[in-house]
Amino acid sequence: MAALSTQPGTEMMALSEQKSEPGAFARWWSRSWHPIVFVVALAVVWWVVTEAGWVKPYIIPSPVDTWAAFADNAAYLAQHTWVTTYETVVGFVIAIVIGLAVAVVMVYSGGLEKTLYPVILFAQVVPKIAIAPLFIVWLGFGASPKILVAVLMAFFPVVISGLSGLRSADPDVLQLASTMGAGRFKTFIKVRLPAALPELLSGFKVAATLAVTGAVVGEFVGANEGLGYVILQANGNLDTAMLFAALIIMSLMGVLLFGLIQVAERFLIPWHSSKRDLGATTVRL
Amino acid sequence: MAKQGTDSQIVSIADMAVTFASKRGRVNALDGIDLDVQKGEFIAIAGPSGCGKSTLLKAVAGLTKPSHGEIQLRGSRVDAPRQDIGYVFQRAALLDWRSVRGNILIQAEMRGMDMRAANERTDQLIEMTGLGGFEKALPHELSGGMQQRVSLCRALLHEPDVLLMDEPFGALDALTREKMNVELNRIWRETNTTVLLVTHSVAEAVYLATRVVVMSARPGRIVEEHTVDLAPERDYASVLETGEFHRVSSRVRELLGSTATAD
Repeated sequence: MAALSTQPGTEMMALSEQKSEPGAFARWWSRSWHPIVFVVALAVVWWVVTEAGWVKPYIIPSPVDTWAAFADNAAYLAQHTWVTTYETVVGFVIAIVIGLAVAVVMVYSGGLEKTLYPVILFAQVVPKIAIAPLFIVWLGFGASPKILVAVLMAFFPVVISGLSGLRSADPDVLQLASTMGAGRFKTFIKVRLPAALPELLSGFKVAATLAVTGAVVGEFVGANEGLGYVILQANGNLDTAMLFAALIIMSLMGVLLFGLIQVAERFLIPWHSSKRDLGATTVRL
Repeated sequence: MAKQGTDSQIVSIADMAVTFASKRGRVNALDGIDLDVQKGEFIAIAGPSGCGKSTLLKAVAGLTKPSHGEIQLRGSRVDAPRQDIGYVFQRAALLDWRSVRGNILIQAEMRGMDMRAANERTDQLIEMTGLGGFEKALPHELSGGMQQRVSLCRALLHEPDVLLMDEPFGALDALTREKMNVELNRIWRETNTTVLLVTHSVAEAVYLATRVVVMSARPGRIVEEHTVDLAPERDYASVLETGEFHRVSSRVRELLGSTATAD
């Protein structure tokens, strides 16, 4: 009887035994100290440079001032953060729904693929910031033009990853499915879609960060609320500390969305090579 | 083998040709193929690479359309993908996200079979192929030999009349391959399935088959057929010592040697 190539059971047990000796915090720390140390070091450099007066506060505010801008205007920032978050998330979700639908249609119909591809490419290459004013004309001053810009930005990576993901299904398995008498829908649900998930989720990660950009771009062009508006206001008042505070919140939003998708990956594609725990002996080539 | 009543005839290929259109013009993958297979036979198809062995299997399964001639499977003409067959590829072609059990059961889910019966049958197949204890393992946790066992179970779940195997053990090491051959011989006897096996290995072909079909390349034709006159139950080591094994395998080698030069 051929044995397992590796014996995951025993190996994993051995690993968890090794890891259970130090506490949960020590384990978390050993995994995640790299970025934390880097960010703290960066903040220290930032603090030293500004505190020493080498850079004028209106060029780069000190971390202390930035924190003060953050703390003193917590309610104001929270309100505008909520607006931008709403626009981003709604835009992202719409982009996923439409992007996936378009990808599916294109995979199943060669004619529609040829028809739609140039249109989608055009929508991608046209500078979104340039057409944002048009959306304000069309849709008014509310959230919808910002959502539309977010959709437009996030849409392309979803379609592209959807297309290549849905095409990545093993042709042997697809032939096998036809000998099982499975219809298109069953084959899609049980073979094509799961096979597409790794690429799709990668596309979602790119789309999530672009959706944030889209919402802010929309706000730049014409808004009276949202983080883009906060930045324009702060800029006008030369309130660089406030500008930094808003920038940091925006970045955190993108990181958070990105992280959420990464968590989803752990549940949706634990079988994929990118998500397997390779243990401590992984060799980087 | 003499042609007997059509009752026992399960596959019948008459003057079949398959032509592919490629960039450099038309390629005759198969030409003038005549083959009749009786129920319960184990046919091994040997030939040099590019002789259209795989195309022949795909044509029987209805995955490739013949450009000439016709194929009858269980008395009906093959003109679309057939569901009354089991297919095993050289690569196990498993679904990465499904466990061993899930990969076998996909056959039942796709066909809309009764899941309780399918589950029982899966248990039997897992037992028969020695996969017990690995039901929950994912494909990447299995060795090549075990992946191929899963693929075999999947192909047998719906109890097909004909099992089509396209170099199923080609990617395995020699030792695992021998073990799989012994198991396939046992599974063939236990399930009473008719098997069409495409292989590069002469030893595998002669050890397993009741009849060896030798093909030539470009266009793929059947050169000779040899009945292997050995009892169905075959012990690996002792079969390799028999005169019959030597007689057939040396003749097949000779044929492959002469056709290989044309390759």
